[in-house]
Amino acid sequence: MSDLSKEETEKNAATGGDAPAAVQRMRPVIGHDNRWWWDRINEGELPIQRCKECGTLRHPPRPMCWKCQSLEWDHVIASGRGIVYSFVVVHRPPFPGYEYPLVVAVIELEEGTRIVSNLVGIEPGDVKIGIPVEVSIGNVDETLKLPLFRPVNQE
Amino acid sequence: MLTSIKDECAIAGIGQTEISKLSGRSELQLAAECVKAAIEDAGLKPTDIDGMTGFTLDHVDEIEVARTVGIPELRLLSRMPHGGGAPMSLVHQAVMAIASGMCQAVVGYRAMNGRSGARYSSGVAEGPETTDRISWGWYMPYGLLTPACWVAMHTMRYLHEYGATDEGLAEIAVTQRKFAANNPIALFYGKPITMEDYYDAPFIVEPLRLYDCCIETDGGAAFVVTSAERAKDLPHPPAVIRGAAQGSAFDQEVMTSFYRENITYLPEYDLVADQCYAQSGLGPDDLDAAIIYDAFTSIILFQLESFRFCKRGEAHEWVKGGTLDLDGRLPCNTHGGLLSEGYVHGINGLAEGVRLIRGTSVNQPTKKTDHVLVTSGASMPTSAIIIGKLN
Repeated sequence: MSDLSKEETEKNAATGGDAPAAVQRMRPVIGHDNRWWWDRINEGELPIQRCKECGTLRHPPRPMCWKCQSLEWDHVIASGRGIVYSFVVVHRPPFPGYEYPLVVAVIELEEGTRIVSNLVGIEPGDVKIGIPVEVSIGNVDETLKLPLFRPVNQE
Repeated sequence: MLTSIKDECAIAGIGQTEISKLSGRSELQLAAECVKAAIEDAGLKPTDIDGMTGFTLDHVDEIEVARTVGIPELRLLSRMPHGGGAPMSLVHQAVMAIASGMCQAVVGYRAMNGRSGARYSSGVAEGPETTDRISWGWYMPYGLLTPACWVAMHTMRYLHEYGATDEGLAEIAVTQRKFAANNPIALFYGKPITMEDYYDAPFIVEPLRLYDCCIETDGGAAFVVTSAERAKDLPHPPAVIRGAAQGSAFDQEVMTSFYRENITYLPEYDLVADQCYAQSGLGPDDLDAAIIYDAFTSIILFQLESFRFCKRGEAHEWVKGGTLDLDGRLPCNTHGGLLSEGYVHGINGLAEGVRLIRGTSVNQPTKKTDHVLVTSGASMPTSAIIIGKLN
């Protein structure tokens, strides 16, 4: 079995093979407990939920603090800086709306919480655990804004 | 009141359909066939069964299976959650029902057209707003869509922290394929692979290559649990249940527990290992063989460490040099496993565990197999059992 050629991969990413023409990434699932988070992303900010009682930061958002059971919370805006804690390079199967090879990483933010996102602006072969990255919030298609991460230029 | 479930119950029957890429029949029929086979193997009749347990992911309701097979009354209906983590929790349910006197004989099953029907490699689907889908929603926009992706994330960090290579994974893949090549019901019967084949195959999700990933198949598998006392008088030597446990650990997600301080091990396996060892009074040195859930080669490493066959971070070395082969320390997945026999969500592995106790595996080790560990899937609430010969 051989790897798909780059052209085939791009074609699949663009067309989804034989699938109908929905050439978009899958959407986040937005409900009562996380709508506020995606609203902040749409404003260009990366938020982290914070317990108003004990100050514990948590991600992904949930309605109660696991540590002190408080239902009171607000959020802080993350610096956007962090490191790659782990990552994968996805080759197969290709899904419509994504470009392959696709780097998906667990980012550990400066504030201590982790978030899953894509790494952009770096060759998949150059990604290493521990490299510093920073957030870049922008549109991936006409209607979806995502926080993506790119490597920090090290002098 | 009962103080221990040790040796109270036994697996008296196992049943399986063939494993294929295209069963050509409904999942209900697969379920009915394997359930009927397990009941017959136990020397019982459908009218002897009074409890059923299955997977929440199964598309076939237990009442449909019951009315199809002719099981008239059920006193236990249970469905266990979270896919690959579920299989041994079916046994756990059966043990609780029988040891407490609620039921006399419980059948558990899994039937799936996992190749010709809905495939797990086809990714997370659209659907209504549930906590489950909200959780997937943090990963879907970034293309982290398949089990291979989720397991690869843990695997990459493990390889990094312990300076491990993929040589141990390669040996697991090749060894299990050798077992399958000798197993007529395996999808890869007669089709061994070499180390060169392993390294020549493409990456699916780095660091996992093609042969690190299990196959997707159609098939059904079932088992019957009854009291150890009753099982003594049934046709086959009983696989007595020494321990059975289920576990969900701190900050548990399904396949994406990436927020724990350390993601190079899976504490839910520690939780079920501790329970199984405490119930059975056994330890890793007492276990002669194992059926270790192997949707991917790397999750075997996490389990070997949690069940304390070796120290944390050492499994990638421990598995090298034939440790998991028939004449090694721990013959493992002697049917070929999910990697190479077929993917019937771990219930096919349970059937092999029972065959190892009976002494009827096509790859029966020459050394004794008095105690066998059987586990369930990784990175989700999981489960495990220890089975043994009748004392």
